[in-house]
Amino acid sequence: MTMQTSSTPATLSERKTVAIKVIGVGGAGLAVLARLIRSGLAGGGFAAVNTDAASLAASEAPEKLQLETRLLRGLGSGGDPDRGRTLAEENFPRLKSLCEGMDVIFIIAGLGGGAGTGISPVLARAAKETGALVIGFVMTPFDCEGPRRQRLALQGLTEFKAAADGLICLPNQKVFKLIDENTTALETFKITNEYLADGVRSFWRLLTCTGLIDIHLDDLCELLRDRHAESAFAVAEAVGPTRSREVAEKLLAHPMLDGGAMLAEADALMINILGGPDLTMAEVNRVMEQMNRHCEHAQVVMGAAIDEAFRDRLAVTVIATHKNLEPVAAPGSPRAGHEAPAQFVRQTIGARPAPGFGPPPPATSGSPATRSLAPETAASHQRRKPARLLQTQLPLESASKGRFDKSEPNIHEGEDLDLPTYVRRGVALN
Amino acid sequence: MFEPASSIIVGLEVGTSKVCAVVGDFGADGVLKIVGLGQAPSRGVRKGEIVDQELAEEDIRQAIAEAEQMADVEIRSVYLGVTGRHVRGFNNRGLHPIFSAEHEICEEDVQDVIKNAKSINLPTQNHVIHAIRQHFLVDDQDGISEPVGMLGSRLEVDVHVVHGNLNRLQNAIRTVKGLQLEVDDIVFNGLASALALLTTEQKELGSLVVDIGSGTTEYVVCSNGIIKHTGVLAVGGDHVSNDLACGLKTTLRRAERFKLEHGSAMVDDSIKGQTISIPNENGLAPKIINLEHLRRIMSLRLEEIFVLIGQDLDQTGALAYLRGGAFLCGGSARTPDVARLAEQVLQMPVSAGKTNTISGLKSALDQPEFATAIGLVKFGSFHHRRRAVKPSLAGNLKATLRQLPWLSRFL
Repeated sequence: MTMQTSSTPATLSERKTVAIKVIGVGGAGLAVLARLIRSGLAGGGFAAVNTDAASLAASEAPEKLQLETRLLRGLGSGGDPDRGRTLAEENFPRLKSLCEGMDVIFIIAGLGGGAGTGISPVLARAAKETGALVIGFVMTPFDCEGPRRQRLALQGLTEFKAAADGLICLPNQKVFKLIDENTTALETFKITNEYLADGVRSFWRLLTCTGLIDIHLDDLCELLRDRHAESAFAVAEAVGPTRSREVAEKLLAHPMLDGGAMLAEADALMINILGGPDLTMAEVNRVMEQMNRHCEHAQVVMGAAIDEAFRDRLAVTVIATHKNLEPVAAPGSPRAGHEAPAQFVRQTIGARPAPGFGPPPPATSGSPATRSLAPETAASHQRRKPARLLQTQLPLESASKGRFDKSEPNIHEGEDLDLPTYVRRGVALN
Repeated sequence: MFEPASSIIVGLEVGTSKVCAVVGDFGADGVLKIVGLGQAPSRGVRKGEIVDQELAEEDIRQAIAEAEQMADVEIRSVYLGVTGRHVRGFNNRGLHPIFSAEHEICEEDVQDVIKNAKSINLPTQNHVIHAIRQHFLVDDQDGISEPVGMLGSRLEVDVHVVHGNLNRLQNAIRTVKGLQLEVDDIVFNGLASALALLTTEQKELGSLVVDIGSGTTEYVVCSNGIIKHTGVLAVGGDHVSNDLACGLKTTLRRAERFKLEHGSAMVDDSIKGQTISIPNENGLAPKIINLEHLRRIMSLRLEEIFVLIGQDLDQTGALAYLRGGAFLCGGSARTPDVARLAEQVLQMPVSAGKTNTISGLKSALDQPEFATAIGLVKFGSFHHRRRAVKPSLAGNLKATLRQLPWLSRFL
């Protein structure tokens, strides 16, 4: 594999004064945190939160917070998110004081278990109350961990999403594309942890390194909010005079991006280019050109930053997110176990309005038919842009063609004229 | 000897919503008159092309029978209108050097240059329906309509070529031939409509004819008496109905009725909030629909048609020639306010076209949906006159004349 992750500590000569704290929650969160501490991200605080004393003791984090009652007898939450949640609610002031005085809080957790799933949403809320921006990095379980954990993870995701400003979710299952048959289970977990750590690191750099093209933090949060359903991220690095081309090629061939397919599907992309002081605009341009070509429809937020340590090197991080067709958090969604947490979220976080951000989704995020059938508010309807077909052969479902369903497609400059005009124009009728 | 049927000309349009046959007769005084009209609802056509031969045959038979009865003639051959998404038009230029001693251009040179202009690089499955002569150029001198007898070393000609997919064109011809009818010629529907609507003056001035049928919309630009541009959109009144059926969540048949009874191309503020209640019918539940939505859906679709036409004309530069404005025909031209909408979009005077280039049945001439069929008769009449007067003279129409035996070789 040609990909190479950048684990070099960022020696930041000029740093923006953003106070960042990385908080690992639960077993998985601590594991990722440990990697981050080891690679030494300068200029930020680390904290560990868990229910189980043993793992906390092993952690190198400077700040540790054990959520404990006699009930648990020091054995952790036992895979029950409710227990984790109750504990966190009880210790809400302590969580809050942990986040005090920070501008940005990264919360790292593995969902599906007790501590991570239960505590992290509450922690996010606590951090939010201190006035910090909250960005979550979460992993969802492997498929083989069973449907119960998957369900719990989804539930936790819903809660977390409502509480955090931005959320990046890495389904562990995706890591299977990176490993081969002979990878041991231990190594696999190591890889997933490293992967998430990479994501955190790239965000870190984004916020701390001198920006050539700054990504505004608000933009970032808007991008991530409400579309956490699945994210894929890829990091590629190259050295030498042809580095910009190499990096783009590596990214497009990256297994996590499905060889570029993920880019085409994505409806939001964050691309962060990190280079040394010798980074040229032409290089930035070349990388972005390649990326943009693959994701015409996505909303792209790009940034370029300079790090002294990256002389002659170029590292590009791509975070691609796309929405699930059915809104995961929709109350009354048919999936079991969804209603309860959604209600819980609404009650407990009443002060926080539901994320209202919704840029026009690309054509690929849902066929016009699904859209017109889904119950939507007038406001969300008006934001829609006309669906554009990528190719005439795409088997896009379009039930609203009615009489012309079986006839020769009528493509004119990428638009299927057989679809009702009002659907393509996104005119609301209600 | 005169055949009894030779003085009549029949135009047959196999449209998406109706099949229409119009009979023209030269009569005793030699003036062409419309004497018969037959029509039948069409079931085997989608977007201007036959998709069910059997149904189409039945409908054609019915329309022809009706026309025969009305005109009291026997129809043996027809001029068949063709259209569809595959039909395209473009301009081409042919060149022919004059080698004769004095550089005098003779009839043969004109023949050759037209032949050159027609020999275009088209895919083999495409067939040239029309190659309409525009202007000659003699040594770069533009705007010459009759070069024979002039002196020059280089003769050029601009032609407007309308071509389509050979197999699809043959499908239409085969269906008609299956009814023991001869096809005198095939004619692009848009051209026929333009012939029916435009007077000589309008053709000189520069006019656009938009024929919004059920399945397709054809548009033709005439300027300085020649065809400048033609185009087809596979969008028409059917799409309006389909949009309504989709948007109002009703059946296509009901949507069609709403369109005819309550439709309009413009959305006025006065209708905001108005509703129409539809009584129970054939077991369909009574329903209340919002008039504003109905018109909004229609308006968007019709607007889009004009926008697409406008874009195409803009791209080809044909927009600059249009001083006479635009004329609408076809069934959808009946939609209230459609001319006003077109005026807004195309930024030129738009009016409903009147078939005033031919005389005869008043009832047929006033209907915008018969323009194409009447135009077919008109096209046939040129043909007929040429044949009658100078059978051997080769003009621009000879090109189309010749296609027929060539086509029939493939049949």
